[in-house]
Amino acid sequence: MKAKTEIVPKALVGLAALSLGISVAQADTLNIVSWGGAYTMSQQRAYHEPWMEMTGDEIVNIDRSANALAGLRAQAQAGNITWDLVDILPADAIIACDEGLVEPLDHDALLSAAPDGTLPTADFIEGSLTECFVPTIVYSNVIGYNTEAFPADNQPFLMEDVFNLEDFPGMRALQKAPINNLEWALMADGVATEDVYDVLETEEGIQRAFAKLDTIKDHVIWWEEGAQPPQLLADGEVVFASAYNGRLFNAAVNEGQPFEIIWDKQVFELDGWVVPKGKLDKVADYLAFSTDTQRLADQAKYISYGPARASSASQVSTHADTGIDMKPHMPTYGPNFATAIQKNDEFWADYGDELNQRFNAWLAR
Amino acid sequence: MSRTGKGLTTANGVPLKVSLMRTNRRNQIRAFLLVAPLLLFLVIAFVMPILDMLKRSVDNPEVHTQLSRTVAQLQDWDGDSVPDEAVFEALVQDLKEGAAARNLGLVASRLNYEISGMRSLITKTARRTGRIESGPYKEAVLDIDEDWADIDIWRLIKRESNPYTLSYYLAAVDLKFDSNGDIVEQPEYLQIYQQLFVRTFWMSMAITGLCLLLGYPIAFLLANTPLRYSNLLMILVLLPFWTSLLVRTTTWIAILQQQGILNDIFVGLGLLDEDSRLSMIYNKTGTLVAMTHILLPFMILPLYSVMKTIPPYYMRAARSLGARPFLAFRRVYFPLTIPGIGAGSILVFILAIGYYITPALVGGQDGIFITNFIAYHMQTSLNWGLAAAIASILLFVVIAFYLIYNRLIGVDNVKLG
Repeated sequence: MKAKTEIVPKALVGLAALSLGISVAQADTLNIVSWGGAYTMSQQRAYHEPWMEMTGDEIVNIDRSANALAGLRAQAQAGNITWDLVDILPADAIIACDEGLVEPLDHDALLSAAPDGTLPTADFIEGSLTECFVPTIVYSNVIGYNTEAFPADNQPFLMEDVFNLEDFPGMRALQKAPINNLEWALMADGVATEDVYDVLETEEGIQRAFAKLDTIKDHVIWWEEGAQPPQLLADGEVVFASAYNGRLFNAAVNEGQPFEIIWDKQVFELDGWVVPKGKLDKVADYLAFSTDTQRLADQAKYISYGPARASSASQVSTHADTGIDMKPHMPTYGPNFATAIQKNDEFWADYGDELNQRFNAWLAR
Repeated sequence: MSRTGKGLTTANGVPLKVSLMRTNRRNQIRAFLLVAPLLLFLVIAFVMPILDMLKRSVDNPEVHTQLSRTVAQLQDWDGDSVPDEAVFEALVQDLKEGAAARNLGLVASRLNYEISGMRSLITKTARRTGRIESGPYKEAVLDIDEDWADIDIWRLIKRESNPYTLSYYLAAVDLKFDSNGDIVEQPEYLQIYQQLFVRTFWMSMAITGLCLLLGYPIAFLLANTPLRYSNLLMILVLLPFWTSLLVRTTTWIAILQQQGILNDIFVGLGLLDEDSRLSMIYNKTGTLVAMTHILLPFMILPLYSVMKTIPPYYMRAARSLGARPFLAFRRVYFPLTIPGIGAGSILVFILAIGYYITPALVGGQDGIFITNFIAYHMQTSLNWGLAAAIASILLFVVIAFYLIYNRLIGVDNVKLG
């Protein structure tokens, strides 16, 4: 009997020590959720590696950003939050913030100022620092094409060309979601860039967008993963593919594919960090480090996404491996940016559910 | 009368009856203890999640917990005019409290499923209610957004204030409540789920049929060739079975796509023009081909195990009694394989209905299953209630199919080995 009574308290103490030990030990391991592929690699080289070298921390990359919101909610409901920092789209950040899944941030107190002393709220792209969100990059949804698919004197360069089956025959790969496609359809149909979301809020506008998509529906392969469009272009399955500009850059520069980007009517948006509930103390230093001027400028050496702060943008130089000038490949580069529109997160937060269902019903018809 | 007194006893004097009962009980306990780990596992990993899913499909806590004051005030509302000051005052209090506790996101999402735009209406109003110090509240709220004068919004809040709702089930079969609370069809441009349920079932049937058609002769060959040949054949069946699902699916993409191997062969042989390459993937054909290939072993193995037990001399006896080969097969051999057909078919059918990776990869737009929408609502739209409702309906239908099957063929006849 004696042995038994002793075992129980010991086990309890052991359990307590174990749980304490885990929370102490975890300070050295950061579980960071991101998109994987070339993008995570750029983060790894621009900020994870310098940080690990500086502090001895270990950083674990988790490729779950595509379903980050689902993960954050599930972890919160289970009461066991294992992610420390999450790379997420601003629209998802708004929802996570509203649901109390992530920490509200005091940007000027938390983040580092620019080298010349400019406060973060003045240095980051205007309006991009929302309540719970710190942007790191500007990326863009664009259409890429295979230059070998068309004769040299008839290369596409406008969004209208994507919807022009007569002059540019062949299959197109588009993302299996209404987002971007509806905007592009309207703009290709002649709606001015600044009116796109106003038109989309009306029933006639939605019908007009779907009617325009109807004209190419039979020539579309719908993709779901970011890795698919460069693959489909390389296989010759499609002649046009909508994609994230960094993926096309990676395929063209690092893999030598004959891809070009149509910058006309690019839909750009931001991407960046949110801090899951209760993790702010643990990641505050890393958050400041990974979003300082130098780190964001460094990231642009590895991938063609524009830094989200002005003081970094001026430092963008050349590609780390091939040495090519990165500026012309940035979404925010002057000529590329001329007809760009920003994705309207508020609009998609409100109408996303309905338009997704409508889009799926349209696909099934 | 003194049977108990004179009853048989064991060597140590315990009545035999009591001793027997003890032994029986001990055996029962031992049997139960042996089963207990599995039982526990089933309850934790299977029964509880299913119950949770069933609950989630009707659970509706958001409105009545997070807008509790508003809901209480709405009880006396006539439902035909803009609510009065008391309701707006309650709304302002609820929103202020919710904004402070950061839990309005869920109720905003919940209402946005029913009327698009509710999310921003609620979050925007909540952000600005901080500035409302005192009444009149109605005026102040309508000042923030005049949409609050829309009676449909108030009817929606009142309707969804019940802790349980049918809305998710209705949405899962393309129905909805209209603003009067009557059940109506979704507008045609939003209808999708009925069609997907039907497609999932007929395609699963078709896949089962194809598996049977292809698997039956192979199983027959396996069961009736000498061991050294049949072992080799068996490996050919099992090797793909052991290969990763994703590998097999992506291989089909390489084979079937327009610039793929099969089309290249057709064009090379001159059967097809360069411009008229067949589209055999990213549509129904892709799903049928890839899933038939993946599920084929599940048909072959039960068939084989049944055919293996049929003595070859039955057929010889039938032949010697004058039956032609086909008649002997139809009247003697085939009926004996029905338990195998039953087992293989129900296995393949139920597996097919639940597949979602393969249809997602090769199904394109018209080859996807209802399960792809469960995954979509779990991972992307985060409408877990709708995902649970669709999954529950799928579960009910599978149970119904099982019962029908049991009625027609009899589950006792199913033989898996």
